Amino acid sequence: MEQLELRDWERRCIQEEPPECVAACPLHLDARALCGQVAAGRWDQAWQVLFRTLPLPGVLGRICDSPCQARCKRSEAGEAIRVGLIERAVADQPAPRLRLPPLPRKSQKIAVLGDGLAGLTAAWDLARKGYPVALHHPGDAPGAALASEFPTLNAEIVAAEVARLASAGVTFSPGATLNDPAYLAARRAENDALLLDLAICPGAGLDLTPGPDGSPVQDPALGLTSQEKISAALAETSPVWRAARGRWAAASLDRRLQNVSLSAGRDQEGPRPTRLFTSLEGVKPSAALDPADPLAGYSPEEARAEAGRCLDCQCLECVKVCAYLERFGSYPRKYAREIYNNASIVMGMRQANKLVNSCSLCGLCQEVCPSDFAMQDLCRQARQDMVARGKMPPSAHEFALLDQDFSLSADFALARPQAGQASSAEVFFPGCQLCASAPAQAQAVYRRLMATRPGGVGLLLGCCGAPSLWAGDDARLAGAHDQWRGAWESLGRPRVIAACSTCLKTFAEHLPEVEAVSLWQVLDPAGLGRPAPGLTLALHDPCTARHAPQVRQAVRELLAGLGVAVEELRLGGERTECCGFGGLMANANPELAREVVRRRGELSGRDYLAYCAMCRDSLAGVGKRSLHLLDLLFPGLAGEDPAGRPRPGWSRRRENRSRLRRELLRDLWGEEEAAVPGQAEIKLIMDESVAARLEERRILAEDLRAAIARAEAAGDHLVHPETGHRLASHRPHQATFWVEYSPGPEGFVVHNAYSHRMTVVGGGRL
Amino acid sequence: MKAPTPRPEDFAWRCRQCGEGMVAAPVTLEYLGNQFTAELPRCPRCGLVYISEELALGKMAEVEQLLEDK
Repeated sequence: MEQLELRDWERRCIQEEPPECVAACPLHLDARALCGQVAAGRWDQAWQVLFRTLPLPGVLGRICDSPCQARCKRSEAGEAIRVGLIERAVADQPAPRLRLPPLPRKSQKIAVLGDGLAGLTAAWDLARKGYPVALHHPGDAPGAALASEFPTLNAEIVAAEVARLASAGVTFSPGATLNDPAYLAARRAENDALLLDLAICPGAGLDLTPGPDGSPVQDPALGLTSQEKISAALAETSPVWRAARGRWAAASLDRRLQNVSLSAGRDQEGPRPTRLFTSLEGVKPSAALDPADPLAGYSPEEARAEAGRCLDCQCLECVKVCAYLERFGSYPRKYAREIYNNASIVMGMRQANKLVNSCSLCGLCQEVCPSDFAMQDLCRQARQDMVARGKMPPSAHEFALLDQDFSLSADFALARPQAGQASSAEVFFPGCQLCASAPAQAQAVYRRLMATRPGGVGLLLGCCGAPSLWAGDDARLAGAHDQWRGAWESLGRPRVIAACSTCLKTFAEHLPEVEAVSLWQVLDPAGLGRPAPGLTLALHDPCTARHAPQVRQAVRELLAGLGVAVEELRLGGERTECCGFGGLMANANPELAREVVRRRGELSGRDYLAYCAMCRDSLAGVGKRSLHLLDLLFPGLAGEDPAGRPRPGWSRRRENRSRLRRELLRDLWGEEEAAVPGQAEIKLIMDESVAARLEERRILAEDLRAAIARAEAAGDHLVHPETGHRLASHRPHQATFWVEYSPGPEGFVVHNAYSHRMTVVGGGRL
Repeated sequence: MKAPTPRPEDFAWRCRQCGEGMVAAPVTLEYLGNQFTAELPRCPRCGLVYISEELALGKMAEVEQLLEDK
């Protein structure tokens, strides 16, 4: 990923956009953080929030006219948060010791003329930047006029903030005759720059050209006058705007004195729009709290209660619906940066491999994102990049890719026109997982299609390449598609009837020359099974049908025809969730995949109905009672209680595929394939707990058989003298399998098995 | 890789071919081009190495993960 691309990804996620209140404030006070601290009763931290942004927080905090309230999201569900009163309540609390970080002193002298809120703000900001500032004011005490203008202030409060100015190095010149041209000329002569608070000092005699509004200000936003070293703050009614004018004029003066661009990076100053989206779903309206004593303002308890109404505006729309995004503790903007850094690492650990490989690539985030952030694109791109550079952890996807290889091998792959035909108009492609999970149903469907479709239906067994697509393995994907296309072309490019939404999506995106249709759109239910009346099922759409409304609709029509009532899940249709298998999440992060499907299963207490075999099995794998649509149409093929049947294990899924192919060849085409001699004859016996452990460890029966066969033939295994158990190892691919077993009269009893990826140099031989 | 010291029970296994008991010996392990030596139970005659479940699923898995993320 290039830096520019990263910027583009980061820009697209709006979570770090300011909330409306911050964007509305001329000074960008973080009212959201303020409310959070106040609601929690953390007054010192609340003070820090004021202090970070507000000049003279003890003064401005008590008189702020809070323009933020006009844009507060809370007003769309009740009344806006009274931020002004909350600020005041904070300012009424004793201020903690707040230190100004000492800055290197600068030599250029600045005179601030006028002690209105703009002048005081400018003095505050410039002193913090290290300038020696002299504040010239007409009265005796600086800022005295503020104390009389605002009833919430008094001389003592103002004096406390003035003392802060003094401690920051500001000196004061009382009794200044700010309307006297000679006085101003003298200040001009003894200083490097002047800053005028136009509410107090109009700048008579400084030879300033009047601006568009007649005042000496040429550019109100930047506080520029016709002379470079004189800035001016426009007079304002609103206190916060007065402070803002002073701040911007001071910033311009500083930039002039430092000889840097006046405007660079300042386009975000002042009130601005924000792109932050905040959902109000589930937010109960509430009215603002009136202080019991309007003159005194909020008591601390009242302030806490009012601040507690703050919505703490965030977007996080995607994180709310995705256990994966939630798991990694952040949000896409941050993830984009982590993924970029992950790819840029030369030395050291890649911290984000798990983040990249755990996404199910289901696309729900993009569906709910107000600004179209597609985590699935980001993650798949990152995977492609890792594979291309040889940086993909070998363990992340290997099991699934080997399964893909299996589906494409002679153990399963097959391409035939309908028996008795030279070519057929259509071909059934059941995909890998329906055949792995429910081979009898796959057969039944095929026979039904042959019986009902005009023009004949051939059979294509194999893999659509989705695992390699998800793994980011482009070379393997191209190989799978070349093979698939070759088989399909050998059948005369028939129209494809696919049982699996993932296959359909893969064809549409990567094999556009293939005309494919969903099984659910062509399957004629007449005369097929019909459940007892009154059945209601919660419908689970597979994530790969998210953008296939015609498929989802066809399923609903089939169900309506069967008299089955459908409960639509809260996250269904276009907003459906992945079952944890997509994107190879279950390979790279099995624990998270279980959590994903567990959460999915909790959306309804009813039995689920899935129309993807893998979805059904994933749900069944966490104990969620789930049917496949074919269980209704072809009853009796999946036992007494099809919703409760367990998910077939990995080994069974391979055996089912091989057997399906052999049986169809034998029954439909009259071809008997000689059984593969050797290993298949090794009978394995294991109890349920061992089987479950090996399933979790993804150790296949064929791995066990190969290890035992090799060890028994060569005799090179270990023996335990006490138990008599044997221990054999075998390395068929990139992992070494160890199998503890003992030979018995019925077969080999498997006691345990485990694997590792490391190799012993020299093969463990002297 | 600092492998955990083999436990007494790890030496209970015997090499079927040689009939020898296991003895601790330095063994070179390799993953993704990285090599390291660990003391592991081994047949003193033919060199057959025993890797326990505890080692495979514990320290080895941990180091494999680290090397995969390197």
